[in-house]
Amino acid sequence: MSIGHTLLALLESGPRHGYDLKRAFDEKFGHDRPLHYGQVYSTMSRLLKNGLVEVDGIEAGGGPDRKRYAITEAGITDVATWLTQPEKPEPYLQSTLYTKVVIALLTGRSAAALLDTQRAEHLRLMRVLTDRKRRGDLADQLICDHALFHLEADLRWLELTSTRLDRLAAEVRP
Amino acid sequence: MIPEGSLLIAEDLHKTYAHTPALAGACFSIHPGEVVAVLGPSGSGKSTLLHCLAGIVQPDAGRVRYAGRDLTALSDAERSALRRTDFGFVFQFGQLVPELSCTENVALPLRLAGIRRKAAEQVAMEWLERLEVADSGSKRPGEISGGQGQRVAVARALVTSPRVVFADEPTGALDSYSGERVMELLTEAARSSNAAVVLVTHETRVAAYSDREIVVRDGRTRDPDHSL
Repeated sequence: MSIGHTLLALLESGPRHGYDLKRAFDEKFGHDRPLHYGQVYSTMSRLLKNGLVEVDGIEAGGGPDRKRYAITEAGITDVATWLTQPEKPEPYLQSTLYTKVVIALLTGRSAAALLDTQRAEHLRLMRVLTDRKRRGDLADQLICDHALFHLEADLRWLELTSTRLDRLAAEVRP
Repeated sequence: MIPEGSLLIAEDLHKTYAHTPALAGACFSIHPGEVVAVLGPSGSGKSTLLHCLAGIVQPDAGRVRYAGRDLTALSDAERSALRRTDFGFVFQFGQLVPELSCTENVALPLRLAGIRRKAAEQVAMEWLERLEVADSGSKRPGEISGGQGQRVAVARALVTSPRVVFADEPTGALDSYSGERVMELLTEAARSSNAAVVLVTHETRVAAYSDREIVVRDGRTRDPDHSL
């Protein structure tokens, strides 16, 4: 996730202090990973340096948490550009799982058992996410669905691979 | 080793159809109130396992024990009676009687158990409400959507307060959203009634509604949590 763009976009509705920005970010996007204050202030310093935000006011008392930031015209353009650019799809070509399967076959260990163990682990996480989805609001449901669909894709790969182990073994063994 | 307190246990089941082995040493166990998913590729023996567990099909070898009774030693009539009183069923297709209203469909197992129409339909209405399809009560199965139909089927499976619900691909004909809602309602209703659910599925998202899974491959089972 681009924290810079997200914080910038949150400023479009009006100037905010760093603390407010962190709270708004955590509430909407930080479900499992709330931002550290340090991340907020280092990001805001970078945005400030690049002219994408400006200091709208400083409260008495000083310190970085007293600064109120406002988005600049350049910042608004930057957010718009970010939103119109497609995210690069993850190619998933460097798979640890694939490597493990091949190593198991090469070393005479059970690749089928490895796949079974991984399936159980994936399903365990899917249960946690399904339960969270059941209790959560729409935002939680969408976030969990995104993760669930990816886990489901992994499981389909595990299933397909488990049916091709003999062929793969014949190909990879010297 | 068989886990203590199991309600339904299968040991070393074998079943062959016309020289084709469907089960070749399948084992299974489930506790009261537990939801267990039976996963595996097409043709792996999942449905045959479910049919043996429910006493619909007799295995060639091995034993199925339910609440301390050897299911495989019962007569056909005894197994039929047990299915009516203790088991509920949800299938993928065609389980509702098209000529009956949804309320009548849900009330049917109670009517077969000798309960009067009015009382049976009252209980049926309560279940339809619980499954969020009370509006469909007076309609016939052909007049409602697939998702609503499966909720009616779940209501019918649970109306007799069974101790085990057998669900064979219960969401297989539904879109993702309807399927998940059916699973939510099925598992919630079953858990609150302390009914065990044997859930056969090839969809891992559906299996995620279970408490644990067993995998069937080439007629044999693998249970990651229990070494049977």
